[in-house]
This record gives sequence, C-alpha cells and structure tokens, in this order.
Amino acid sequence: MALLEVSHLDVRFALRQGEVRALRDVSFTLDRGERLGIVGESGAGKSVAAFTILNLIAKPGYIAGGSILFEGRDLTRLKPRALQNIRGNQISMIFQDPMMTLNPVLTVGEQMIECLKAHRRIRSREAREIALNKLRQVYIPSPEKRLDQYPHELSGGMRQRIIIAIALLLDPDIIVADEPTTALDVTIQAEIMSLLLELCEKHNVALILITHDLGVVSQVTQRTLVMYAGRVIEQGPTREIINDAQHPYTQGLINALPQMASPGSRLNQIPGAMPPLAKTPPGCAFHPRCGFSTDAAGQRRRDCREDVPAFVTSGNCHVACHMVRELVERDPVEPGEAS
Amino acid sequence: MSNATTTTPPTHWARFRDSYLFYSFKHDWIAQVCFVIFVIMVSAALLAPWLASINPYDLSQVFILDSELPPFWIDGSDAKYPLGTDALGRDMLSTILYGARVSLIIGFGAVILQALIGVTFGLLAGYLGGRVDAFLMRLADIQLSFSTLMVAIIVGAVFKATFGGATYSEHAVLLLVLIIGLAEWPQYARTVRASVLAERSKEYVDAARVMGFRAKRIMFRHILPNTLSPIFVISTVQIANAIISEAALSFLGLGMPETQPSLGSLIKSGFDYLQSGSWWITLLPGAVLVVLVLVINLLGDWLRDVMNPRLYKG
Repeated sequence: MALLEVSHLDVRFALRQGEVRALRDVSFTLDRGERLGIVGESGAGKSVAAFTILNLIAKPGYIAGGSILFEGRDLTRLKPRALQNIRGNQISMIFQDPMMTLNPVLTVGEQMIECLKAHRRIRSREAREIALNKLRQVYIPSPEKRLDQYPHELSGGMRQRIIIAIALLLDPDIIVADEPTTALDVTIQAEIMSLLLELCEKHNVALILITHDLGVVSQVTQRTLVMYAGRVIEQGPTREIINDAQHPYTQGLINALPQMASPGSRLNQIPGAMPPLAKTPPGCAFHPRCGFSTDAAGQRRRDCREDVPAFVTSGNCHVACHMVRELVERDPVEPGEAS
Repeated sequence: MSNATTTTPPTHWARFRDSYLFYSFKHDWIAQVCFVIFVIMVSAALLAPWLASINPYDLSQVFILDSELPPFWIDGSDAKYPLGTDALGRDMLSTILYGARVSLIIGFGAVILQALIGVTFGLLAGYLGGRVDAFLMRLADIQLSFSTLMVAIIVGAVFKATFGGATYSEHAVLLLVLIIGLAEWPQYARTVRASVLAERSKEYVDAARVMGFRAKRIMFRHILPNTLSPIFVISTVQIANAIISEAALSFLGLGMPETQPSLGSLIKSGFDYLQSGSWWITLLPGAVLVVLVLVINLLGDWLRDVMNPRLYKG
C-alpha cells in the first residue's frame, strides 16, 4: 500500500460570484521515501493541492469529494484533534517565503522547542538538544547561537535551512515543499535544494515538491505530476516526462526552458495564458492554447472542445489528451519502451 | 526558556539596552521628563500611607479648627500643612497623595479589565471570523453606544438602592473598576481584531497550523505577541481616559465617596469653596490630575512613534 493515496480529489471555493473549482479529479500516490514533483503555471492549483493534503484548506474553500488516504486513514474524514497529531508530526510542510514563515517575535529555539513540545511529552532541555541536533544536520554554523536569535537576525538562506530543520524536527514521513526556493537567490537555491534532497534520502522521507521550475524537478524528483487549470494532465517518471513529454502542454513547458532556445533568439512560449479557474473552458482546458487541437481544415477538434480527455497510458506515463490517445491507439507504446 | 549548558543567551537587560526602544528613550528628553514625573507620582501615590503626615480617612487625626488654611506661600499658612487644608481641616498634601492612589488604582484596574476582555474578544473575533466575529463586534457596538456615565449612573444607583450607601462606599473602588472596565473594552477589541486580521494572513500562521498547533495556542502564543505594540499604545491612552472618567464620575458624585476621596472627589469637595477664596482645595488636586494625565499621554505619544513601523525601519 502506498504511503499517501490521493484519489479523485475535488476542491471548490464557494465565492460570492459562484463556485470555483480549484482541483478537479486529482489522483496520485506517493510511496515511502519517494520524491514527487508537482509542476504547473501559477494558478494551476499546485498550492491548493499542497494545503489539501494536510486538510488545511481555509474557508471559503472546501473538499467537495475524493479521499486522501495516509497510512490507510482518510484525512478528509479525521477529527481535528487527530489531524493536529498528523500535521507537523507525520506530514510537515515547507513554505515559499522564509522571511514570512518564522514568527518574528519568537526566537528560533522557542519555535523549535514549542513544536517538539506540542507533539511529544518532553522536557525543555531535551527538546533543545534535539533542536540543536537538527540545526547541525542542516549545516547551520554555530547552531547554539542561532537558537537564541530572532528570525530577523538571520539571512534568507539561513532561515530556509531553519525551516527545513523544523520540518524535519519530528521525523515526518512526508514533507510537502511548496516552492521552497522561489524567494531565494540563485546560488542559495541550489544549496537548499541539494540539502533537501540529501536529508530526504538520508532519513527516507517522502517529498512532494511543488514548483514551476522543471530544472529542479528533473534533478530532485523520481516522478512528476503536471497540472493545468486544476487538473492533472500528465504524470509519470520524471525522466520520461522531461525527455519525451506526451501532452502538448508539457511539451510547451519544456520547450519554453531557456536552454531549449537557440542562443540569441527569442525564447519559445506557449501562446496565451492559463484561464482563471472560474472561466475554465469546457472539454480539454488547454485546447484554446493547444497547437494540436485544430484539424486539417483549421477547425478546433470537436472532442478537444467538448470532452474532458481521459487518461491514456503511453509508456510509463499517464496522459490526458485526445491527440495522444489517437496516437497510442494507432501505434501502442509498450511500457519501458519510451525510456 | 532554559539555558543550555553550552551557551549563555543574551540577558533580557542586554537585549533591552540594545533595543530601539531604549535608544529612542535616551534621545527624547520629553519622554525622559515625563517618565521621571510619572514614576515620582506613582511611587508617591503608592507610598501615601508612609509619606502622608495624616491619614485623611481617620477622622480622629483631623482638626476641624485647622480648616481652610492656605498653602505655604500664602500668609496665614501653617507649617504643619504645606499645601494647606480643606474645609474639614484635612491636610491637602495627604489627601492628594491618597487621592492619587485611589485614582491610579482605579485607572490601572479598569484598564487591566478592559484589556483582558478586549484582547480576548478581539483575538477570537479576528482569528475565528464568521459568526463569532459578527456577534462579538455587534456586542462591542452596543457597548459603545452606552456612554460610561450612563452605565455608571444606572449601576451605581441600582447598587446603592440594593445594598445601601455604606456597602457602596466599601466597594466603590471595585465597582468603578468594573464600570469603567466594562464600558471601554471595545476599544481594545477593535484594535486587536484589526491587527489579528492583518497577522492571520501571514505565512507564519499557516506554518503554525501546519505544525499542528491548536487554535488557542496559535492565537495567544503566535498572534498575540505580534499585536502587542498597538496594545501598548492604546493602553497608555486608556489609562489616561480611565483616570479622567473616574474623576468625572467622582466629580458628579457618582464615584468615590468623600470619605475615601479620589482626585475627582477632592476637586468636587473644594468646588463649593472656590468662591469663598479657598481655591487651593479644588485647584491643587486639579493640577495634579492634569499633570498625571498629561504625562501619561505624552509617554503614550512617544511610545506610538517608537512602535509604529511606518515611522522607522528597524
């Protein structure tokens, strides 16, 4: 059994203008120690997915359907008390902006010790020892001193290290990292990512890495999930998705990487922008921007316009695209062949 | 927090000495003067039983023949009474010391009560939102639509009618703390609620929820410390206001009885003699009241400047 099994997750926001569907039929699994990347544009529902895994969607959002099985227990049905025991303890989260995630009026040590004490019966002295240990694991210089410092006395990279230390504090099974390096400058980004990778491997922690950086995904994760307008459109082994993307959207994303354009020329881009969630087009949400949804006569294909594509298996990947389905039906790709 | 064996964290005093608060205090002579006056007044008031030459509550120490003696700089004064005496022959200095004590106790007591109710309600309203917020804030609106004076008149009248004047005198301090405390809590609730709304959307609150902390812990341990600056600032204003409210109530005869005078009841007791030339009975406690409130307000002003992050970037 997988450690985390998300199936048919449906998240909606009840706004005054009407209901907005932020996640539609999202399913994926995560094994112990596995690293999964979730990629997509801003607004594709990546962060909502992250919060939903912890059942922390705030009003007006709510989980309208589906289940999140963690070690066989459905997080959507657990009582608040039981959820609090899982949060931080078994599933922890790393946020985007290290400047904002630490409480400005508590010292680093106070925050770490408090976190330990909230989940374990432990004396302050022991808690401080554990906190110190974790700070050493994230290679923070002079950790004893850091414990008594306030967040504003530390640099961004240092703070993100502390946040990673806090995420690891209770030896969780899963860490959900929501764009953990976006707010940092490039040199530190690489350091933080390799640190996160190292720690996850060492402690056999499963990682859900949410990002829009395909480069990071390809270096860190084993499997990737591509999201568009609240839906998963492609998932499979990271290497196959990077090397041989099937979905036109994923292909577009990979083509848009700076290294894919010849030097001096303009970068490749996907025409248009992702529609706001309230105005998601019927059929395949990507069809208005898709180069393959027009037929020979220049008309939009009827199935792309009207039918939500079902997943087809192509190699080891699952792809939700009518065009890919046709190709696969005509010329089946056996699993393993693509890589 | 426990000290580790390996390190000695900077002491609280060292932190305070290096803080912007202390730096700004050192460079603001108005704040220093106000602080000194405030400390002198508060300690003199608290030490009244030892500083005062007589106990004005004890009628056996009062000589009616010494009534209406002027303060020392006017002819006809008595060296025993440096600030003169009132119509009953009580030493003005002693009554002012005792009166300031009563005023300060009521002022601080009422503000503590306001803060307890207001901060709790403000946190609940801001953090929980929805119906709790709507209910508590309408309650605050209703409370604010009653003036303090009206509440005091009603409560005081009911209390006097039910328990009699003697019991009223005994519990007058407590009653005034309750009345002024209950009348003004919405000030705190509104300020705290506004700051909580701003803090709630910050990521550290999300992070705390992700850590699995309970709502109570997030509210009091994580959000409350981040809203302390506005709380401090309105506290100074509220203390000054509470002292004035108490003085106004006592002046109208709804507050402290004359046997246990506060500054307000002292002003009132001398009011009848103003035209007969004994102006000091009213004016001296009045001046003390003005200085006390002014000093507190100036300190509050300074504190607001220091704690407003828009005015400095630290």
